[in-house]
Amino acid sequence: MIVAICFYIFAAVLVGSAVMVVFSKNPVHSVLFLILAFFNAAGLFVLLGAEFVAMILVIVYVGAVAVMFLFVVMMLDINFTELRKGVQDYLPIGLLIGFILLAEIAAIAGGWSMTDGIATTITSATPPASEVTNTDAIGRVLYTDYIFLFQVAGLILLVAMIGAIVLTHRNRSGVKKQDIGKQVRRRRHEAYEAVKVKPGEGI
Amino acid sequence: MMEIGIEHYLTVAAMLFTLGVFGIFLNRKNVIIILLSVELILLSVNINLVAFSSYMGDLVGQVFTMLILTVAAAEASIGLAILVVYFRNRGSIAVEDIHLMKG
Repeated sequence: MIVAICFYIFAAVLVGSAVMVVFSKNPVHSVLFLILAFFNAAGLFVLLGAEFVAMILVIVYVGAVAVMFLFVVMMLDINFTELRKGVQDYLPIGLLIGFILLAEIAAIAGGWSMTDGIATTITSATPPASEVTNTDAIGRVLYTDYIFLFQVAGLILLVAMIGAIVLTHRNRSGVKKQDIGKQVRRRRHEAYEAVKVKPGEGI
Repeated sequence: MMEIGIEHYLTVAAMLFTLGVFGIFLNRKNVIIILLSVELILLSVNINLVAFSSYMGDLVGQVFTMLILTVAAAEASIGLAILVVYFRNRGSIAVEDIHLMKG
């Protein structure tokens, strides 16, 4: 009973905030609604018994990705009313495609059922929650059977980090920078010059 | 109605997916909203994976959810970096002008 009530609250807020992400006039509001959507999706994950993924969703998505979106939206000085001009033109085709997609998904859901032998194809069964916690169970699978994928995920993150830095880094001319090699190479005769000044005359 | 099955979660995920695709079509000029819609689509896929993982008693779905989260984070960072560079060059983020860059 309480699970059902929680599910309906989380699902309703999730779908409502997703609608607001799409329809909101100000992109800052869109990003904030996206954060709300992620929190409610994390709630759904907790209901499903996947606490670790729920916490990862909150930490990685809300803490990193959504805040990064927020930074970029606030940093760029964009005329958003200009960008929303064509929305009315795109509304019919968007609605059409959305309804077609929803109808297709509904058609699939109507004729869908699990196959009979599905229990035999399970590769790594969930251990009982009373013995092993969710985090522990995921660790046991992730670091043994899926260690290669785990390493590849780390490599993807490395490439993304380097790519983002290379893309956004720029060498600005006219900015004074410290050149340590130049400082160390400097000799005394380059630094100053002894000039004999005759009395009564300038240099 | 009060018994929450896998169909409930799949329905929520389907609605999120449709909203994401709809958002891409609706906000065709604004790259930021398009990226946010892509995040919504990935979230719906994650809900599907976790729901199947939970109801079938198979942990692999949750492992794959984490991999999708990794890829989504990488995609968001690269996308926003490209967006920042594009804004620096053109002073706007209108998608329609991208073809003017000519390579």
